[in-house]
Amino acid sequence: MTVADLIKLNALEAAERLQNGDFSAIDLVEAYLGQIRRHDPAIFAYLRVSEENARLEAEAIDAAPDRPPLGGLPTAVKDVLVTEGIVTTCASRMLENYRPIYTATCIRQMKRAGMITLGKTNMDEFAMGSSTENSAFGPTHNPWDLDRVPGGSSGGSAAAVAAREALWALGSDTGGSIRQPAAFCGVVGLKPTYGSVSRYGLVAFASSFDQVGPITRTVNDAALMLRHLVGKDPRDSTSIEHPEAIRVPEDRDLAGLRIGVIKELVREGIDAGVMAVFDKTVKKMATAGAEVVESSLPHAGYALPAYYILAPAEASANLARFDGVRYGLRAGGAAGITEMYENTRSLGFGDEVKRRIMLGTYALSSGYYDAYYGQSQKVRTLIVEDFQKAFDSADLLISPTAPTTAFRLGEKTGDPLTMYMSDICTIPVNLAGLPAISIPAGLSEGLPVGLQIIGPAFSENRLLAAARGAELAIGFDAAPPLGEGS
Amino acid sequence: MVSHDDVKYVARLARLKLADAELERYAEQLSGILDHINKIAELDLEEVKPTSHVISITNVFRKDAVRPSAPPAAALDNGPEIESGAFRVPPILDTEEQ
Repeated sequence: MTVADLIKLNALEAAERLQNGDFSAIDLVEAYLGQIRRHDPAIFAYLRVSEENARLEAEAIDAAPDRPPLGGLPTAVKDVLVTEGIVTTCASRMLENYRPIYTATCIRQMKRAGMITLGKTNMDEFAMGSSTENSAFGPTHNPWDLDRVPGGSSGGSAAAVAAREALWALGSDTGGSIRQPAAFCGVVGLKPTYGSVSRYGLVAFASSFDQVGPITRTVNDAALMLRHLVGKDPRDSTSIEHPEAIRVPEDRDLAGLRIGVIKELVREGIDAGVMAVFDKTVKKMATAGAEVVESSLPHAGYALPAYYILAPAEASANLARFDGVRYGLRAGGAAGITEMYENTRSLGFGDEVKRRIMLGTYALSSGYYDAYYGQSQKVRTLIVEDFQKAFDSADLLISPTAPTTAFRLGEKTGDPLTMYMSDICTIPVNLAGLPAISIPAGLSEGLPVGLQIIGPAFSENRLLAAARGAELAIGFDAAPPLGEGS
Repeated sequence: MVSHDDVKYVARLARLKLADAELERYAEQLSGILDHINKIAELDLEEVKPTSHVISITNVFRKDAVRPSAPPAAALDNGPEIESGAFRVPPILDTEEQ
């Protein structure tokens, strides 16, 4: 098979062909390393490519008598997941030279199943952002239009999958950080139910929201990866055993499914081009047999305000660990320890991270705690209840994944609030801890638009089956206009 | 409105040292963000219970057993300044507290 043929295969196809011995793991790894060499200088999806390591892992897989289920599948890993001995930076100066002494549980599980790590991908610093422009090492460019952002914070992972620089990738989602970049890059992104994937080794941003998940080319690939991510981990006491084994869905239509369009997350505040694709998608889903109803989340408008208290509050506590003592950066020249903390943190953190630490510290400070933090926790309850009521009359809920398509680099960096609005459709889901997937729904002016499908807690199998049905009904087959490169 | 002094106070709590220009910028930006957040005040939340964790789980206990942990050399390896098997830090007792 030629390199062009190899990189066309999705993960399920590649796994089957590897199993049949049509090609070897090292062939596949070399094909992807070639893609990275050709396209990554322009895209900058990767912070670090571990060529040598990937080749060694591939050779070991090829030499083993039995091939494990994911044996030889080249994977990109967001640089927020710690990998033993491999520098893990969270795209921050603070961790520029940090070599973890352990590996995240979800990576260990994937490795046990045979995946190969191609490298670590770019992201917004500490996963805070919606465009990957907050990386201390420079922005990632969207493969569909290099002048545009890939979304964020898992922008490097989404761009790598879209540009065929990885077969699939791992991301993390706190307020939309898997789904929004997946939408901007025309790929599939799944945020699992809170608690189904261990957070051990995921550098913490907002612990009651953070969840690791797959970024892939197809819904079936997302199911395949999720199967190896889930599980209760004694090292993460908030993780729980998924009640069902994750299945790769069978191809079928949407008959018998009641799909609710969330009325608060359509029209107002959503770009006309995105709405046009969304409306067409709803029609296709109805043609494929879905019963489409109107659903309501009456408090959706309060989700963003509550999130921007709760997540920064948790972040301000989580990021207190970066103090220049045990690992990471330390600024010199301080006379006492307090000055050392201040110098280190001021030098090591970028603007957005400082802004969120300040916002969270403010919300938790004496005199404001009840008004901000306490009230936001109550809003969270209202959002949870809104979803519960909506699921009384719909099996699954849908909305656009993001209010716009990929915006231009620099377009929103001047105004934090405008940037935050990029996550209005995804944030309510994280407040309620639900599973949700973004799949490509079509193009608006040449740029991908995502469809978000949301399910009740632990309904991943139903969600994936419906997403597969929607994927078939939509028939999205566009690809980014990648040049041949050099 | 978040004032210049508020930002200075919060920065101190968060152990961040901000230049004057940064203080101005953060005061303006945080005011804008909090304006939007204040939308929450429209809601009557008197009777609503707070949610801190979305999935119902109970406390997790484990046996208080001795287990191997990272070897000291590995744990110290990432330290910016190491001396005699410990992390070295600047003086922790300020004689002149700011």
